[in-house]
Amino acid sequence: MGLIEAIILSVLAASTPLLLAATGELVTERSGVLNLGVEGMMIVGAACGFGGAWLSGSIIVGALCGMVAGILMSLIFALMALGLAVNQVATGLALTILGIGLSGLIGAGFVGERITPAPHLHIPGLSDIPLAGRILFGEDGFVYLSIALVVGVWWFLYRTRAGLILRACGDNHVSAHALGYPVLRIRLYAVMFGGACAGLAGAYLPLAYTPFFIPGMTAGRGWIALALTVFASWRPARLVVGAYLFGAVTILQLHAQGAGIGIPSQFMSSLPYLATIIVLVLLSRARTGGSTAPAALGTVFVPDR
Amino acid sequence: MQLVLEKRAERSATIALISPLIAIGLTIATLCIVFAVLGKNPIAALAVYFIDPLTDGYSLQEIAVKATPLVMIAIGLSLCYLANAWNIGAEGQFLIGAVAGSWLAVKTQGTDAGHWVLPGMLVLGAAAGALYALIPAICKVRFGASEILTSLMLVYVADLLLDYLVRGPWRDPQGFNFPTTAEFDPVATVPTLIEGGRLHLGSIIALLVVAAGAVLLGRTIKGFEIRVVGAAPRAARFGGFNANQLVLLTFAISGALAGLAGIIEVAGPVGHLQPGISPGYGFTAIIVAFLGRLNPIGILIAGLFLALTFIGGEQAQIAMKIPLDVTKVFQGILLFYVLACDSLILYRFRLISSSPKVQSGAH
Repeated sequence: MGLIEAIILSVLAASTPLLLAATGELVTERSGVLNLGVEGMMIVGAACGFGGAWLSGSIIVGALCGMVAGILMSLIFALMALGLAVNQVATGLALTILGIGLSGLIGAGFVGERITPAPHLHIPGLSDIPLAGRILFGEDGFVYLSIALVVGVWWFLYRTRAGLILRACGDNHVSAHALGYPVLRIRLYAVMFGGACAGLAGAYLPLAYTPFFIPGMTAGRGWIALALTVFASWRPARLVVGAYLFGAVTILQLHAQGAGIGIPSQFMSSLPYLATIIVLVLLSRARTGGSTAPAALGTVFVPDR
Repeated sequence: MQLVLEKRAERSATIALISPLIAIGLTIATLCIVFAVLGKNPIAALAVYFIDPLTDGYSLQEIAVKATPLVMIAIGLSLCYLANAWNIGAEGQFLIGAVAGSWLAVKTQGTDAGHWVLPGMLVLGAAAGALYALIPAICKVRFGASEILTSLMLVYVADLLLDYLVRGPWRDPQGFNFPTTAEFDPVATVPTLIEGGRLHLGSIIALLVVAAGAVLLGRTIKGFEIRVVGAAPRAARFGGFNANQLVLLTFAISGALAGLAGIIEVAGPVGHLQPGISPGYGFTAIIVAFLGRLNPIGILIAGLFLALTFIGGEQAQIAMKIPLDVTKVFQGILLFYVLACDSLILYRFRLISSSPKVQSGAH
């Protein structure tokens, strides 16, 4: 396997959790809800995903456990932010703080254990094509799932009536409510979808990225996923570009460390975080004319009867 | 049946006062369930958690020591949150303050420098924290970048910088390759208040910060501006208050306090710079700020309470083998209940039947 092939493969692997989590958050935010608890949902998804896979011996069961964990976490958020009309920023932070504790508690028994990571696809003939074959037809299932998910979300948001209604809730919940759409219920579904995606993204880390679980293994990826939705101006297509770009930055620093260039590893490790800040600044600056964010993003909605 | 929220005509002052207590009660009830799930006797565990630390002098001092950074950081955060500026990166500002102050301690190590070293370290720590907090604040007011995300990203950067310094240039040559600086000289150490005890000068500084916060918010025009900008942005614009300037100011103050807390922590209880100097003080302080109702006196009480959960958690780990992460779960649940109870201040909960009866007769 050539170096370029290896780099592209590792970029795809590093980008997949970002893409999964950011896609879920994009749908949530498009419905008008800002869920800052992505990191918390991811880390619990990682612990439950690994636990499920380790106990059952099945990667698919593990992935499902991660998704269910993410949904359960998102339901706590929904109860607070939608049901009780609590400030979404504070609730999201609470979800992350709780998630970090919970994952430590759940994952304590699994630290040091190893599983067989998700297998890479192998299609005889196609996968054997030099370079392109391995990259296009030789990934683990999560990579294809993440791409299918983005395409599906794009189709849903822009090509279906339900997607139109969801976007309407995010842009003007008062009008959507006046038209008779159940704003809170639609937002609940969107939040749950975001939770499932974040849980799956977290589960990807111990199931496919590394074959073991360590506390805090999400290392801020949930926050980077949040920044990616801003980067993407809340559009699925740009999300793909953004996620792969960030995956590339992550891998760049790993390879630079491996190549033994004279820069301390900690400075290279801080690159994805610094890149996030720079990207946020550049994008926000470019958008002085008017924000592309859903107009009702982060505002509470209490229906009057 | 369906639960609906009804907006109250006015904020309920009674509920505003008792809601933190309701939240604590609900959290403790939930904690009992967690203990039972872990197979521990809930009553015995609660005693170890919340009662035992209050019964001996050493633990009481330890609570004050843990509460010191929490209260200092939370006072600063409360100013930000009152002004509707979301500083989430206090943890990073804490670490940067610790690093900047430690620089002086490391540079003057063994040089017989005078008693100016510790004050110099405190000033450096506060200044570095303020400057670090100004990065997300400036990104917000100049470019409109989300201060939530940028301040959080800087936490990871600060963590990595500290890691680099103690593994690289500042590592103690006699430290058996552990990632730590040498123990600070006595002139670079925060003095203790009780001979042989753990209580240190930082706790007094924290009390002064509480007093200063109360004066700023209650007795000055700036404090009034901060509260108006947060509570009624439109009214504040009409009043000619500069919201951007207040974002910069509140971020700078909260960064300075977090940085000061950071250098006090390494120059006091820890005694040297090393990774893991904070068990998440910057994040726990967010809970302290909310539990204390963004009010200085409330924050002092809330800070002592959350310090108790740290100490109780450590004792429960030793005495009952309860995992340390229960403390974090506890803190997370507490924040949820605090926020949920806040909802009671603005809304009234009411159960209605979900399928409204068909109105009979003509209207």
